[in-house]
Formats: sequence, C-alpha cells, structure tokens
Amino acid sequence: MVTVADRDISSALAEAVKMAARNRTPLAIVGNGTKRFYTGEAEGKKLDVTGHVGIVSYEPTELVITARAGTKLADVEAVLSEKGQMLGFEPPHFGDAATLGGTIACGFSGPRRPYAGSARDFVLGAKIINGKGEILKFGGEVMKNVAGYDISRLMVGARGTLGVLLEISLKVLPKPAKELTLAYETPADKAIKTMNNNAGQPLPLSAACHIRNTLYVRLSGNDLGVQAARTKLGGDLVKNGDEFWKQLREHRHDFFQGADALWRLSVPPATSALDLPGNWIIDWGGAQRWLKSAATPGDVYRVAEQAGGHATLFRPGTGNGAKFHPLPAALVALQHQLKQAFDPGSIMNQGLAETI
Amino acid sequence: MSSPQPSIPPDTASLEALRQSLALRLREFLPRESVLTNEEDQRPYECDGLSAYRKLPWIVVLPDTIEQVGRVLKLCSEQNISVVARGAGTGLSGGALPLSDGVLLSLTKFSRILEIDPDNRTATVEPGVRNLAISEAVAQYGLYYAPDPSSQIACSIGGNVAENSGGVHCLKYGLTVHNILGLKFMTMDGELISVGGKTLDSPGYDLLATLTGSEGMLGIIVEITVKLLPIPERAQVLLAAFDDIEKAGAAVAAIIASGFIPAGLEMMDNLTIRASEDFVKAGYPVDAAAMLLCELDGINEEVNEGIALVRELLLKQGATEVRVAKNETERMRMWAGRKAAFPAVGRVAPDYYCMDGTIPRKHLAKVLTTIGALSRKYGLAVGNVFHAGDGNLHPLILYDANKPSDLKKAEELGGEILEACIAVGGTITGEHGVGVEKINQMCLQFTKEELDQFHALKAAFDPKGLLNPGKAVPKPARCAEFGRMHVHGGKMKFPELERF
Repeated sequence: MVTVADRDISSALAEAVKMAARNRTPLAIVGNGTKRFYTGEAEGKKLDVTGHVGIVSYEPTELVITARAGTKLADVEAVLSEKGQMLGFEPPHFGDAATLGGTIACGFSGPRRPYAGSARDFVLGAKIINGKGEILKFGGEVMKNVAGYDISRLMVGARGTLGVLLEISLKVLPKPAKELTLAYETPADKAIKTMNNNAGQPLPLSAACHIRNTLYVRLSGNDLGVQAARTKLGGDLVKNGDEFWKQLREHRHDFFQGADALWRLSVPPATSALDLPGNWIIDWGGAQRWLKSAATPGDVYRVAEQAGGHATLFRPGTGNGAKFHPLPAALVALQHQLKQAFDPGSIMNQGLAETI
Repeated sequence: MSSPQPSIPPDTASLEALRQSLALRLREFLPRESVLTNEEDQRPYECDGLSAYRKLPWIVVLPDTIEQVGRVLKLCSEQNISVVARGAGTGLSGGALPLSDGVLLSLTKFSRILEIDPDNRTATVEPGVRNLAISEAVAQYGLYYAPDPSSQIACSIGGNVAENSGGVHCLKYGLTVHNILGLKFMTMDGELISVGGKTLDSPGYDLLATLTGSEGMLGIIVEITVKLLPIPERAQVLLAAFDDIEKAGAAVAAIIASGFIPAGLEMMDNLTIRASEDFVKAGYPVDAAAMLLCELDGINEEVNEGIALVRELLLKQGATEVRVAKNETERMRMWAGRKAAFPAVGRVAPDYYCMDGTIPRKHLAKVLTTIGALSRKYGLAVGNVFHAGDGNLHPLILYDANKPSDLKKAEELGGEILEACIAVGGTITGEHGVGVEKINQMCLQFTKEELDQFHALKAAFDPKGLLNPGKAVPKPARCAEFGRMHVHGGKMKFPELERF
C-alpha cells in the first residue's frame, strides 16, 4: 500500500498571493525544480508549493483521481498502479522529484500521446489561485462538463503564468492487459509512411517512433487483440520494451546526450523527413520530432513552419529555459489580455510570461 | 451580460431607423438575399432546438466568405451592435436565441469541406458542415469523425465546437475538444486568428480548449480542422436486464474496474424501457428495473474476448438476463430503442422537461433515490436515461402544460434535480450547454469570484461584450433575474432527430 503525505496549505498559499498582489510583489512559483531547464527561472519571491500534497480523492471505478499540485508524479502513478490504472498521457518526469503540478503546468505528454491523448485531454478540473489570491474551482470530477469556459484545460502548459495550480482532477485509464513492442529496420521516410499507414487502421497502437534506422511500434490492449495485431504487423519482438519507451520518454537515450541544442518540432504526422542538419528521433507516430542540431533558430522555425508546424528550443545548449516559436502579433496581443484577465497585477511567474 | 450599448437609442423608432441603416450598410457588401429583415424570412431563425424560447431576430445575415464575416463584425463592433452566431440551430439550451437589438449571424453558407488529408487523418471544414457529413465524406478512406451527438444528421460542426458536443461514445473517444486540432476564428473586431492546425499541439495558451464549448461568446469560428480515426473493425453490443437499479449501477462500476473502456455504456430505468419498447419494439425486457446497453469495439479478436468477459461480469453482478446481438440488424435494433427514448417518453405524457446533469457515477443510486422522492413530492413522473459510462444523466420530467401548475412544478422539480447533481460534486450541464436555459443554475454551481473570472476571460476576447450577450455566464447581480425554462415536448424542433 502506497502512502502519500496529506497536507493542505491552500489558504496559506492564497494569503501569500493576496499579499503579493496588494504589494505588487512578483512571485516565482516553485516545485522541485525538475523542469527548470524548460521553464527557466521566474523572477520574484519564491512561492513554494511542494508542501501542498496528497491524493484528495481517487475512485478507480469512476476513472478519476484528484491530487494536490505538490504531490509527486511518482506517488500519483504508484497509487494508480495499485488499482491497475495509469495516467493515459504517460508523462515524462525529468527527475524523480517531479510534481503533478509541474507536469500539468508544462503540459508534458509521453509516447502514448497520439493514440490516447495529451495531458490537457485528461484534465477534468482544476482548483487554482488566480493573480488576485482568490481560490477558484473549474471543471470537476466528471467526464462531461460544459458549464462555463474550460479554464482547467487553459491552465495546462501555461507554466504558472495564469495562476497557482492547487488541485488537478484527471481522467485515468486502466493499464492494458497486454503490451508489446515490435521493431523494424527501416529508413526514416519509410518509417513515417508505415507509422501513418498503421494509424489509419483499426489497430491497438500505443506508441510509434523511429530512432537510428529502426522503427519501433508498441501495441497495447487485451491478449487476443494484441496478438492478432502482432501477427498482422510482423516485425521483431523487443525484449525490454517498457524500458525502451521509458528511456525515450525521460530523454535518457544516448541520442539526448551531447552539447548540441535539443529542438522539439511539432508537425503534421505524415510530414516527410525534414531538411535540417543534425540527428533526429521521430516520435508520436511522426507528430513530434526531436532534433539535436547546431542549426540556427531562424532555420528551424522556418522549416517547421513550412511543414505546417512549430518548433521549440527545448533544451538550449546554454541559457535559461526553452524558447518558443514566435507567434503572430494578433495572437500575442490576445494572450497578453488573457494573462491580464487572470493576473491583473502581473505578479505570477513574470519572467516566464514574457515568452508566452 | 448585456453591456451598455450607448449608440443604440432606447426608443423603438430610433431602433428601427438604426436597423434600416444597418441593413443598407450590410447590403453594400452582401447580396440582398443574405440580409433578412422581413418577419416572414426571419421566422425560421426565431429559436434553436429549445423552442420554448422564441424571439424574432432583428436582422439576420448569411455571409458566404470569411471576408464578409469580418466586415459584418467590424461594422457591428463600430456601432456597438451585438452579434449572435448560429449554426444549424439544433442546440438544446437556447444558445442561438436571437436578440431584439442585435444581428443574428447564420453560418449555414459555410458548408464546404475544404480539405480531406487521409495521410495526416484530418479534415478541414467550414463551420456549417454537418457532423455526419464529415464521416460520410471520409468513409472512403476507412476513417470517421468520432463525436456523435444525437442530432448528428443535422447539427453543424461549428455548433459542436461552440457547445463541446459529446455523444454516446464519449468515455472512449472523448468530446469535441478531444477531436479537433485547429480553429480559425474571428474576434469581434473582425480580426482573423488561427490556433493549432494539423499538429497535436501549438505554442502559447491553449486557446483551442478555451474556444471549445464557449457558446459563441468569445469569437466567430470560421474554419475547423478535425481529427479523424480509423473505423473500428467491429462493434458489438450486449443488453443486460436488472431487477434493481442499484445493481445495474454496481455492474457499470464492475465493468470499468475490470479494465474495460466500453465504446458506449447506457442505462435506462423501467419507465423509459417501457416507453421505448412501446414505441420501437426493440425487444427490451419490460419488467426490468434497469437495463444496460454495453458496446465494445476494436479489432475482431479484441471484441470477442471483451464480450465474453463482460457477459460473465454482468451475470456475476446479478443481471437477470444478458443478450448479445447476433448480427448487425439486432445490434441496430438494440440501439434503436435507446436512441428513441426521448420521443418515446414524449408519447406517454403531453410534455416533458429534459435535464442534463452529470454526476460521479458512484452517486447514481443516491441521486436516483432523490429524484424518486422529488417525483413523489411534486406528483410528476420522472423517467431516467443515463450515459452510464460518463455519468451524464438525463431525467425526463413528465407533465402537462395545459395544467398551469404543472409547468411550474416541473421547473421547480428540475431545479431541485440540478441542485442534487451539484450537491454530489456533479455539474448542471454535461453536453447541452448553459445557453439561456441554465443560466440560473450557474449561480448555484459557481461562486461570485469564479463567475467574475469567467467574465474577465470573456473580456479578454470581447472587451465590449458584444458576442452573444446574456448567455452562458450570468452576471452575479443578475443571477436571480433568470427563470428556469423547459423543453416543451410537443413543440420540440427537429422531432425527427434522435435525442440521447
């Protein structure tokens, strides 16, 4: 039985925000810092949310868990695992101390994403503190809810610039009874075709990537379904499939080592291999591409845009935090107004807001 | 929600003069037949699927291009005139109810499928395209668009986005928000903004999620890129009868706990079983207290294994009878009864009032007991159909509008049911939207600060408050001013549509 500490410090956090709003003191929301390479360092007084922990409710038969933002992601996953369930978006941790709040604030999803959905897709509700220090609750613990604007999903990927995450309710999924990984030696362009061809057929796919001339395909489902799909798809069975996808998800694969900058390109999945120098991993069935390259940002943005996508300098060789694809002016203006709507005093994670 | 509109003079004569001059300005760039000002032409636009609310529009415009929409919006924005967007008009909460001093912007001419991309499994369509038309157009590639609201033969995809529509397959395939990848929308100033595309995410705040389900309050959606899925190799349905509704609820929990995500999981109570059976002769067990329909889909072998296990589970949970559809005809017949449940109930009483609460499933027995007690208290029968997989409950309150006290009683009973849904941690609307209908209950579900946050978000998109004023989110001060309304069964629009 997994035991998770249970501590609710929401009133203290709300008081701190209220005070900061009154004094116009910028606040930097901090968790355990596992994603600082991505978020960068926010300016201002630290608001530590790691003390706000615990599973608020978990109903396996409802497929819903609600946990406080400071709860470790590993704890949430352990609690789910006891009941044969999991987070459907297979989030990367990027460190043992990763919190649920940080994961949602960054909006990270793992290899299962194209087939099961993203972090934002699984969010059902959120309790937040806005920039005025008010505790607000949106969404809930039900699958369907159209009362009011979908503010809980707006929080996903907002990196704390719209408010402090207090609690997050997530839809969870049963762990598949059977899971296996198949490998095929094949060049990138052919792999992209195969991944997309597979995704257009009714197959129990749960991951597909291409690394160093090899296409990897994961199947998840019940015994008979997975066996039937395996027969259909052929390929070589990968022995330590679980470990392989974990290495990829956590950026522990050899590919991710080395001094060059790491780019993430999000493109339409069937886009053929992109013309940029460097090494590639094609993940998410073609929709997410990792590039280790010394190419200039201008070139990467241009190539991503030409393909109908966008690029993020995910791990700069040096510097403070990811660099995001430049947005059109109209969108930038709208985002600033949105930020104002939640944080009229511009105190929440200010340094980060500038890059939104 | 109506913000002050200083340029609109209060008296009728000046309002009429403004209407005439606006019509002239609109006709400078729109063909004559695209600006409707006569009562006869406007009558079809006076209500949506919730026909208890009717208002003759002030002016109806039917633009055909994005550029025209932009000019309509710019013109209205300059003159502080409100705009209500309308798709096919099948909505069930009065979200497209016209204004007496604003423009009704119909998007029905935006009915073109712009691009089908089978490789990337997307379709890019205009908002007026019917939901089902997308699946029909892409079927040749073995693909379909998953969300299937009951009105899918008529409802438009733009309206689906505005309401975040679901369907019977939500638990497995999600709502509209999970099945769209990109949007182009226009702000009230007539500026065109693109979010997303054929990619799985986009930089910046998740405006795609914010716009989905925003009931026409934030922008006018002019283009949508939807995600397409491969058509499952096989779908199979089981029917299980129970002599106790609590046992049926427990069976649903047992199915989910066992690790199955059924494609569809529906529950009906005795009143609705009998009404449906009388209506469509689906072969339902009319003596059962509750009935479950459980659909599994996937590849052949997967479905075979699933059906055997779920069947065993249902029997173990005390089902008095479990039937598996022998063929596609029988499967369709099993569904026909469920899909006809609303009109079927409409036959046993002169009127019914349909609620749309969602509850955590574990509270089903408690909520149904409460509904039973309320039904006795008010002396009105209530039938229940339940999207058991996702907790969306549709109590149907039977009454007779010819008895004046009945309507009031039905409304009060309905209000108490929604309050019971909120009390167990649920929501007042799972899929029909707030519109004008449930604006009162929004005050029950949200605090003043939360409603203020909604208004601040709205103002970020539409600072003058000109888009669909008076809908979806009540001003805290006006909470009490709105009365509860109802669906008048006999006068429901689109009586031919299935109502889940």
